[in-house]
Amino acid sequence: MSGTLDRRWIYLGMMLAVALPILWNGVTGKTFPESPTPPSQACFDAIEALPEGSRVLMSFDYDPASEGELSPMATSLMRHLMHKRLKPVVIALWPLGPTKAEETIANVIKGDFPDRVSGKDFVNLGFQTGGEGVLKVIGTDFRKQFPLDRSGTPVDRLPIMEGITKVGDFPLVITISAGYPGGKEWVQYVSSANPGLVLLAGVTGVQASQIYSYYPGQLRGMLAAIKGAAEYEALVSAAIDGDRVTPPLYTEARRRMAPQLFGHLLLIALIIIGNAVYFSQRGRKAVAQ
Amino acid sequence: MSDAIMNEASPQQGKWWIGLFLAIAVLVAIRASIGEGMGRAYVQTDSTSYSSATGDDGRVMWTAVADGTAGSVTIERVLFASAGEYRAAEAATPGQQAIRISWDRTLGLWLAAFFTLAIFSFLMGDNPAYKFTESIVIGVSAGYWMVVGFWAMLVPKLVAQLAPSMVKAWCMPNLDVSAFNPVALIPLGLGIMLLSQLTPLGRHIGRWPLAFVIGTFAGLKMISHVESDIIEQARATMIPLVAFGDDGSFAPWDSVRNILIVGGVLCTLAYFVFSVEHKGAVGRAARVGVWFLMITFGSAFGFTVMGRIALLAARFEFLFIDWLWLIDPKGQRMVATVSAIAGSCSAILNAI
Repeated sequence: MSGTLDRRWIYLGMMLAVALPILWNGVTGKTFPESPTPPSQACFDAIEALPEGSRVLMSFDYDPASEGELSPMATSLMRHLMHKRLKPVVIALWPLGPTKAEETIANVIKGDFPDRVSGKDFVNLGFQTGGEGVLKVIGTDFRKQFPLDRSGTPVDRLPIMEGITKVGDFPLVITISAGYPGGKEWVQYVSSANPGLVLLAGVTGVQASQIYSYYPGQLRGMLAAIKGAAEYEALVSAAIDGDRVTPPLYTEARRRMAPQLFGHLLLIALIIIGNAVYFSQRGRKAVAQ
Repeated sequence: MSDAIMNEASPQQGKWWIGLFLAIAVLVAIRASIGEGMGRAYVQTDSTSYSSATGDDGRVMWTAVADGTAGSVTIERVLFASAGEYRAAEAATPGQQAIRISWDRTLGLWLAAFFTLAIFSFLMGDNPAYKFTESIVIGVSAGYWMVVGFWAMLVPKLVAQLAPSMVKAWCMPNLDVSAFNPVALIPLGLGIMLLSQLTPLGRHIGRWPLAFVIGTFAGLKMISHVESDIIEQARATMIPLVAFGDDGSFAPWDSVRNILIVGGVLCTLAYFVFSVEHKGAVGRAARVGVWFLMITFGSAFGFTVMGRIALLAARFEFLFIDWLWLIDPKGQRMVATVSAIAGSCSAILNAI
């Protein structure tokens, strides 16, 4: 059987399983309902628990290669922070992270919260090279690693940075992470060294199984891959939009769940068929011998 | 059969590939001639005026001011606009230039679509378009990392520490000129020693900075690993096997979960204890441990599949939404081809 089935049929099947639901969603605008799992709910609750005006450190530790999974969660998190009138201080451990952060700021803050002022209500401090070295240093001296914001303004002059000397001064830290340095390093160097600090992580599917073991002890909440992003989107939409129609910007992850469903169904079917063929062939060989 | 196609190039294959790309080109041309067309990028110019002031510490501060303010500098930024915004602006003021088509970004969009299809084409077998795209990706990544290394590492972490006045005048106007730091000579020296790895005679010199890097990294990792991956993880396993809720009542599901966690950890560890023969109770525990490992690997595989499908969906969305303009879920163009076709079809069906 394996000699007669051209693998390109499988590629074609996967292409259709992913592409057709996207077109279907584009035409109908319908998405599947999402019910949140405890790690996603914990992320939502941790942000809800903060008092208005609290500063939140948000690290964009990804690049365009992981945008499909992580940008929707970054967008929803930023929307939630803005809605709660919290103040995100954005940094990046990946060189292209600040660009992703700027995109999120442009889409969410400048688009839907234009009254928020850079330097007062939010700030992008840009990228610092050094991986876990950066995390080690900001544990004791935040300004040593991030002396300027992305436009070159010294952080000493930014109202949002008043009183912030180390990472432990933030009541909440969020990392949106695609690999190294990312979620694991934030747990190892920041969460462990600051027992009272609340750390949330949004991670890619590849990372999720490694990071899960830190939840809920060292990680208060976790958004695992596109499913976590879709759950969080649903939670934020329910809290902000209620019965109103959610703007399309905030349904990106849920739009990607229909392709997930059909892609997974195809994969499960292929695994079952492959195993059935394998065992039937083995049985026939045993009978022949 | 597929292996033969994947690995061997033949004149027939060349013809096959040319045929495939021609077919795609024809389909794209047909799509471009339907309705509002496809694959165009629009931009609008956003200008902001800034005034500068020098503080007591010599640092320059730029503040956004009203247009036309004396001594201000106007910075123009070109921002993306949607086709819907362009159409609305044209309807209001025909021939307006506030929102216009950007030919260079349109070219970028088409190149991105071509590269995406070229990478996908590897699924059918190796081919020149894939090889060309792969080379572009590698070249751009290498160039990008070199520039990042220069501007994010060498300039601020080394040159700015050793020659702050020069760097302030050159590229970092807000740099503190009193920031001369002779300690930066040590990484400079280690960096030069590391470069000696490139020479046949100086390889032994390069081992010193390597030893420094490895030693530092090992020290950093050791502490964090012991704390977060051993002590904290062990603590997370020390949980009651019989759990009770906040109101003091027995919590059966929490108890089952805790038993699974503790039992899973112990059985998995038993599998990795090789100093005891896997017989009797240890053998049975190790076999259960293998099941836990298999479930873990399965879960990791499932997550990986989910991640990969999400990335594939994102690329398809780019092709369908940004390039082909087939659908418009964000309402940016106000006209979506597939829904227009679907609407026409349903109208015809209703009429029949």
